[in-house]
Amino acid sequence: MAARASGKAIARAPRDTAHEGFLTHKRSRWLKVALVISALAIAIYALTDPAPRPGGGTVVGYLLGTIGALLILWLSLIGLRKRIITRGPYSLKAWTSAHVWLGLSLIVIATLHTGFQLGWNVHSLAYVLMMIVILSGLYGVFAYARLPEQLSANRNEATQPQMLEAIRALDAQLDTAAQPLGKEEADLVRLSLEGCTIGGSLWQRLTGRYPDCGNGRALTAVQAIVTAQRHSGKADPRLTQILFLLERKAAALAQARRHIGIKTRLELWLYIHVPATFALIAALAAHILTVFLYW
Amino acid sequence: MGQQLSGHFRIAIVGSGPAGLSAAAHAATLGLSHVLLEKTAHLSDTIFKYQKGKHVMATPAALVLRAGGGLAFAAGKREGILATWQTMIAAAGVNVRLNAEVTAITGTGDPIPGSIQKIVTRKRDGSSDVRELQRLAPPYRLKLADGSEVTADAVVFAIGLQGNPNRMACPGGDGPQVQYQLDDPAAYNDEHIFVIGGGDAGIENALGLAADAAQGNIVTIINRSAEFSTAKDANVKALMAARDAGRISIMTEASTRAIEPGWITLDGRDGEVRARCDRVIARMGAAPPRGFVEACGVEFASNDRLAYPKLSAMFESTAPGIFVVGALAGYPLIKHCMNQGHDVVEFINGNTALKPADEPILEAKFAGLPGRRSVSDWLEYLRSRVSILNGMSALQMREFMLDSEARAYAAGAVIFERSAPGSSLFGIADGDVLVEVDPTNAAITVPLGQGTIFGEVGLISGRRRGATIRAGSDCILVEISRSAALRLMAAVAAAEREVTRITTQRSLQQIFKSGLTPDDLAGVIASARVETIRAGQTIITEGESGDDIFIIRSGSMVVEKAIAGKPVFLNYVPAGSFVGEMAVIDGGPRSATVRAAVKSDVIRLAGTQFRDLLAAKPDLLARLRAEMASRSQLNSFIEAKKDSFGGVVEMYTGVANFLVDNGLGEATDVLLIDEKLCVGCDNCEKACADSHDGLSRLDREAGRTYAHLHVPTSCRHCEHPHCMADCPPNAIHRGPTGEVTIDDSCIGCGNCQRNCPYGVIRMDKVPPKKPWLISWLLFGQGPGPGEPDRKWAYKQSPKGVEVPKKAIKCDMCSGQSGGPACVRACPTGAAIRVSPEQFLSVALLNRDAD
Ligand SMILES: Cc1cc2nc3c(=O)[nH]c(=O)nc-3n(C[C@H](O)[C@H](O)[C@H](O)COP(=O)(O)OP(=O)(O)OC[C@H]3O[C@@H](n4cnc5c(N)ncnc54)[C@H](O)[C@@H]3O)c2cc1C
Ligand code: HEM
Ligand code: SF4
Ligand code: SF4
Repeated sequence: MAARASGKAIARAPRDTAHEGFLTHKRSRWLKVALVISALAIAIYALTDPAPRPGGGTVVGYLLGTIGALLILWLSLIGLRKRIITRGPYSLKAWTSAHVWLGLSLIVIATLHTGFQLGWNVHSLAYVLMMIVILSGLYGVFAYARLPEQLSANRNEATQPQMLEAIRALDAQLDTAAQPLGKEEADLVRLSLEGCTIGGSLWQRLTGRYPDCGNGRALTAVQAIVTAQRHSGKADPRLTQILFLLERKAAALAQARRHIGIKTRLELWLYIHVPATFALIAALAAHILTVFLYW
Repeated sequence: MGQQLSGHFRIAIVGSGPAGLSAAAHAATLGLSHVLLEKTAHLSDTIFKYQKGKHVMATPAALVLRAGGGLAFAAGKREGILATWQTMIAAAGVNVRLNAEVTAITGTGDPIPGSIQKIVTRKRDGSSDVRELQRLAPPYRLKLADGSEVTADAVVFAIGLQGNPNRMACPGGDGPQVQYQLDDPAAYNDEHIFVIGGGDAGIENALGLAADAAQGNIVTIINRSAEFSTAKDANVKALMAARDAGRISIMTEASTRAIEPGWITLDGRDGEVRARCDRVIARMGAAPPRGFVEACGVEFASNDRLAYPKLSAMFESTAPGIFVVGALAGYPLIKHCMNQGHDVVEFINGNTALKPADEPILEAKFAGLPGRRSVSDWLEYLRSRVSILNGMSALQMREFMLDSEARAYAAGAVIFERSAPGSSLFGIADGDVLVEVDPTNAAITVPLGQGTIFGEVGLISGRRRGATIRAGSDCILVEISRSAALRLMAAVAAAEREVTRITTQRSLQQIFKSGLTPDDLAGVIASARVETIRAGQTIITEGESGDDIFIIRSGSMVVEKAIAGKPVFLNYVPAGSFVGEMAVIDGGPRSATVRAAVKSDVIRLAGTQFRDLLAAKPDLLARLRAEMASRSQLNSFIEAKKDSFGGVVEMYTGVANFLVDNGLGEATDVLLIDEKLCVGCDNCEKACADSHDGLSRLDREAGRTYAHLHVPTSCRHCEHPHCMADCPPNAIHRGPTGEVTIDDSCIGCGNCQRNCPYGVIRMDKVPPKKPWLISWLLFGQGPGPGEPDRKWAYKQSPKGVEVPKKAIKCDMCSGQSGGPACVRACPTGAAIRVSPEQFLSVALLNRDAD
């Protein structure tokens, strides 16, 4: 038999009950830290007058360079932290918060480290890659701030499997409803059943435009037939039923596609952010190596 | 031995579940004349109806199996167990009669003097009928549904708890097209099918029949009322979706008038409807077997729904010669059932000295106590010395102790601490305990002596312990689990009264403090009434007069006030507090409306008596005034805010009501997701799976949403967990930090899944271990973070090893020092966990901006 309640008032493990997003985590602690670091870096840079001129080779340059490189390595570790679920206390939200703000402070740190000397070399490559990572990150934050609300509103309590299931169910009904139709009309329904992908290409997901969607084409064609029939008397009830189902499917498709589109936009930037991070680390290694070998 | 299927027998065994089978097999081994009567066309219908391939478990492991006739039972597949029993029963020469439903049992001897049974039937409107039955001496005559009869000296009732499905009463309701179970929805094609009954069973059947459009069934579900209020939310949603997709028709507020071959006639809202109908599936619930059993002269312990028949230590009921064993006797595990089947035949055969098979388990329970006593002496010791146990029989004490603990504490030892979770009740068998009534000074205590109980607040309200209690002298206590305590109260009316009296008095003392003694409270307690309030029912209505005070024993209340014609949410009142004091103090009409957030128990105290108490106790009056002042302040604050930002108050009310509707009114800890922050990365689910055997206990996307606040499908750790209600091995417990968890003794019956109103329990197999994460990161080995997909899990599972499906639910990450993994792993702060005390602030926080 399992141990019964011990009778001890054991406190619950700590949990985050604060209703704060990652940007303002702990009353914007990491924003403040990042501002202080940046201000310090600017102050040191401004107050010292290195010879022959500012750059990576000076004492200040070394200092900023070391901080920057370590920071970059630490920033990359969030990818591991996110996936290794340990049992002890940690907060990925705190990590994201620090990641974003300290990541942004890199703009100041690294730029000052260069002493504003850029050129066509491996050193500047590292700088450019870093800026690509940072700018993509910035876009990510922008997406994280704006898109969740749209995702939630579009979902309207339906889950993704439910959305797909709804489309499958409509397909099954279309299939049954098409049985008594003639070949030409049945072919139109087949267009909707077979010529219609839900997610589609990356471009389609991002733009939300599916010009050759089979369902859309079937809908237009059936709509035209039914309208014509209405003009010349009574529309075929089997076709109006098909029309109704096609319209429902169009609505279901639109919802599922918006869902997939928003999710794509929430993730897509990571496909720049992460590979660029790997490139950056490689370039950074090359940068440091060349500095020490050829300096 | 030749089969004899009618005439007279020494023993007639009714029901061929594990209990009945074991009894019959043992009777056959002993060479006693017997017959085993089974209603259905196969043996052991309850197990027969388990889902195909179910892994049947043999718990408790410590219990030895005693089964007659070489009947074996070990954990294994349903099919295997049924097949083995089939052959063993045949080999043992058991006299089985299938398709033999027993419909009545009466004595054939003389009336037994003074043996009259009162049968109470309660009607829908609350009134009740009492019928008297004169018991007749054995031998008994058993009437069967086909009109034939058998007679027997002794009857063993082993009919389990399934009962009989409620039957269609309309003309044609007994026709061949009417069925009460649906084994395989895929077996029907191109039929017009009507499913009668809008509970979970009916909805699930209807969805099953309509799931595959290729089957071509035209399915209609008929519900008596307008709403599907008894079914789970998820089922109702799926049903509505199926209707919207045109797969199912729904008729509400309808009933069947007649059924004929090919047709059905219904009474609908708009009059009579006649429709094509090839098949009717009636799922209108089941009548518990109690009515039938009572009519045979077997008395139950009380009128409570949870009550079992009154039995002697030898399983004999109040009708001499009628014995009750198995689930119907209160022992729902297969091993217990089989042991009892064996034992009852021994008893009938005259071996009254036989010790029950659970003897070693009980011996172990008493091993730690001082003084060497036998198990039966210990049982008698506890029964006679703890007042609420006095009314129990020896058999009830045995069953009761299986689920309880007896412990010795040295003087000064802490029994439980203030704020510890716990819903068990303690009885003092020897010595006394001290209650630390003042949290700031442990030296101030109130003693409780031998015979009485404590811990009742946790039992009733499901909330944390209100005070630390330690042993005043060396003492012996019995700790009664919540389920055992509920069964005890159902079985012994005096115990129920005693618990109610003590809880009322102590909760008054605890809530109102001010040094009230039982004497001060006598008048108020005499006026006190315990009432059960339905969810949504109003106990106080704004503007009405009335001055009763209500103490909330269990559940919780919502306080609302009409502002500009709309109800505005003012406050949430948890169990352990009171409402209604304002009217007693200022004499005015009720200033707000109070309704139950969930099904609740309240103690109603009469205003007049209470006013007398206030007159005598100025301290108390001052306390109440202070409380009232702070509540009025909140009221006027909200009222003031209403003018400046009406939208905010409306939003607050909307969110608060939404949360209450989604179970926060009975929750102790619940996961919420702010969908303004949730990026849909599902890292919460992945973290859950990775920290719990690879299965996620939360479905992030599913669940209700209001104003971008989402309550995902995940356990609320209810104050009184519904899931615990009906767990045969008692596998569900509340852990040391308040979490509701399921332990390894789960037999996978799925009762908890059906009982949880929030649909958060899944039945699943633990997947094989994944390769280390690093090898996934570097070499792409394994399925990566989160729950592995089924294909991978299947491929990796060792073949030929049966992994049972068990109940899986959130354990609040107990034992993980970092706390709930879902919250830790959320990158944006969308996932938070709150307790009901905090959820009002969630309703307000960060939401004024828009
Ligand atoms: C889904 C599920 C899974 C479970 N899994 C397990 C498990 O893994 N391990 C475990 O130990 N327990 C399990 N249980 C519990 C266990 O199955 C039951 O408690 C046990 O079967 C009860 O045995 P019984 O002999 O008392 O009655 P039952 O098994 O219910 O048998 C009663 C029999 O009596 C017959 N009958 C009823 N009325 C009459 C009548 N008037 N005349 C003639 N015959 C009648 C019925 O048809 C039936 O065959 C599970 C229960 C369920 C619902
Ligand atoms: C050189 C600097 C940076 C490096 C090396 C870096 C690297 C990374 C890496 C490796 C991840 C993990 C992605 C994943 O595993 O899913 C990540 C995530 C992220 N980064 Fe950066 N990053 C940098 C700067 C920034 C900046 C400046 C911002 C924002 C302004 C930013 C915003 C984010 C965000 C929002 C995430 C997603 C967190 C999550 O959803 O778990 N990053 N970054
Ligand atoms: S499983 Fe369901 S009933 Fe049980 S505690 Fe959780 S939410 Fe409540
Ligand atoms: S935990 Fe659930 S499935 Fe498991 S035995 Fe208990 S009620 Fe049945």
